[in-house]
Amino acid sequence: MNNIFVYLEIEEGRVAEVSQELLTKGRSLATQLNCRLEAIAAAAQTESIAEQVFPYGVDRLHIFSDDRLSPYTTLPHTSILVELFKQEQPQICLMGATIIGRDLGPRVSSALGSGLTADCTSLEIGDHEEKKAGKVYENLLYQIRPAFGGNIVAWIINPDHRPQMATVREGVMKKEILDTHYKGEVVEHQVADFVSEEDFVVAIIDRHVEKSKVNIKNAPIIVSGGYGVGSKENFDLLYQLADVLGAEVGASRAAVDAGFAGHERQIGQTGVTVRPKLYIACGISGQIQHIAGMQESSLIISINNDPNAPINTIADYVITGDIETVIPRMIKYYRKNTK
Amino acid sequence: MVFNIIVLAKQVPDTRNVGKDAMKADGTVNRAALPAIFNPEDLNALEQALQIKDRYPGSKITVLTMGPGRAAEILREGLFRGADDGVLLTDRAFAGADTLATSYALSMAVRKLADYDLIISGRQAIDGDTAQVGPQIAEKLGIPQITYAEAIEDVTQGHIRVKRRLEHGVEVVKCPLPAVITVNSSAAACRPRNAKLLQKYKHAKTITERQVEHIDYIDIYSSRPYLNLTEWSVADVDADPQQCGLSGSPTKVKKIENVVFQAKESKQLSGSDAEIDELMRELIANHTIG
Repeated sequence: MNNIFVYLEIEEGRVAEVSQELLTKGRSLATQLNCRLEAIAAAAQTESIAEQVFPYGVDRLHIFSDDRLSPYTTLPHTSILVELFKQEQPQICLMGATIIGRDLGPRVSSALGSGLTADCTSLEIGDHEEKKAGKVYENLLYQIRPAFGGNIVAWIINPDHRPQMATVREGVMKKEILDTHYKGEVVEHQVADFVSEEDFVVAIIDRHVEKSKVNIKNAPIIVSGGYGVGSKENFDLLYQLADVLGAEVGASRAAVDAGFAGHERQIGQTGVTVRPKLYIACGISGQIQHIAGMQESSLIISINNDPNAPINTIADYVITGDIETVIPRMIKYYRKNTK
Repeated sequence: MVFNIIVLAKQVPDTRNVGKDAMKADGTVNRAALPAIFNPEDLNALEQALQIKDRYPGSKITVLTMGPGRAAEILREGLFRGADDGVLLTDRAFAGADTLATSYALSMAVRKLADYDLIISGRQAIDGDTAQVGPQIAEKLGIPQITYAEAIEDVTQGHIRVKRRLEHGVEVVKCPLPAVITVNSSAAACRPRNAKLLQKYKHAKTITERQVEHIDYIDIYSSRPYLNLTEWSVADVDADPQQCGLSGSPTKVKKIENVVFQAKESKQLSGSDAEIDELMRELIANHTIG
């Protein structure tokens, strides 16, 4: 009872990257709170889930195996979590801030009347004193997240309701194997005890999963553009530079909102968090929400015609100039001096 | 075939264009410095509703919003673009609501509206980016939800077919009505205001607006009932005040921090050819690139 639960996203029998990252975070929170880490696998293929997750330090794995649980639909997964949580009374539940987690999390939290904090960038354990009531809460989960378009950071707590639920985006936490020989317990549940026929009213009639062509999360070099790039056409310059450097193209939220680049390229707190060895920021002013998603880059170059762009304060190199002249020059030099 | 559609919309501060004066010295947000706008994805939601109305004339669109008195602005905006009715849910007791208390209040207003086939809203609001209220309302009403919708492809008596945009692909789902649909910004943009509707609805007001602006002297509100925007309080929707606002919110804000990044010693380059060449030479030499 009162353990930490991680909901596992499973695609074709594989546990998603974001879930592995959350298991690592969940393990460290469980150790700190001296409780157990439990994981939930609800999918068609669950045979290899145990061996995939135990090395992250999972003490107990709840398996719900049914062909109708994959691909994910809202209602049966909600019923499983709600019933399981009523039985197990977890103190914390973590999910990916993915399309699945952001669909499932709120539905479960509403059914349980518990709080949910979306897109946390940090999770910590700490106390809270309610001065008016003279009440002290020990070992709460601080759910730390950007708010207001990323202009401030809010520390959210959930004093009186359990579980304390939070979603976290992929790439925010780091996954780490605890012990390759770690063994937990497997609990096989009867799906019919949790899910009713009415939960299957929503039917998936077509689905094509396209492997993402864009992989900015793991790109060693990123050429990224902001609103200052000016147009979709000017973004071509970024693609050209990325092409010669073997880089991926990223974008700020403002550039994505303006239609210069697709959502899958968005870097920042509401996009992807990246840690490349080189980040070239072109025409990016540097809103907090963007900087938070790329500040751990090893080397940052900012190209901007505004010498006072906020991003310049965290850049290693600041080039004050127009991307229309700077980028072609970079490409020219690189082509001439490398084979 | 006609459908009753409720569009959930929110008036939000425009956090996308935060200027220098948007943050106060103490790190809190200066709301007054930010323009209030129709939440962008709620406009995508409105467009999906309008397209259903185009296909099935006689369908009715009601825009429902919760907020302070001035949120009536977005109800008018909805009418100018083709909605039929607007409802403002406003009460001091709603203040300080988190997503759970918000969804409770809105779900009570939806119950009061009673006769609906479809509830459509934006995926998320730009001031919170949580995407929680839509699914929570669906749960409270006990109906299915389709999130991350890009297009409502078809509505028939009893069913809806929706294309969803996933991280790496698309999914088409079929779902019985009534249902809650939340719409992405990748969906069709909302049509602009219609000049005729702007004329028709420019005086549409809530009762509070009419009192504040002292415009009751004109009797247009009795001769043209469509100019009366509905305004509901906690009591009007039979909500439990304990479940509204701050008291109905399981999550609390412990503290707010201003974001400060560690500034680095930057090397300043002018952008001249010689300096760019030198930078590139360095990057190649230390194997950062190449």
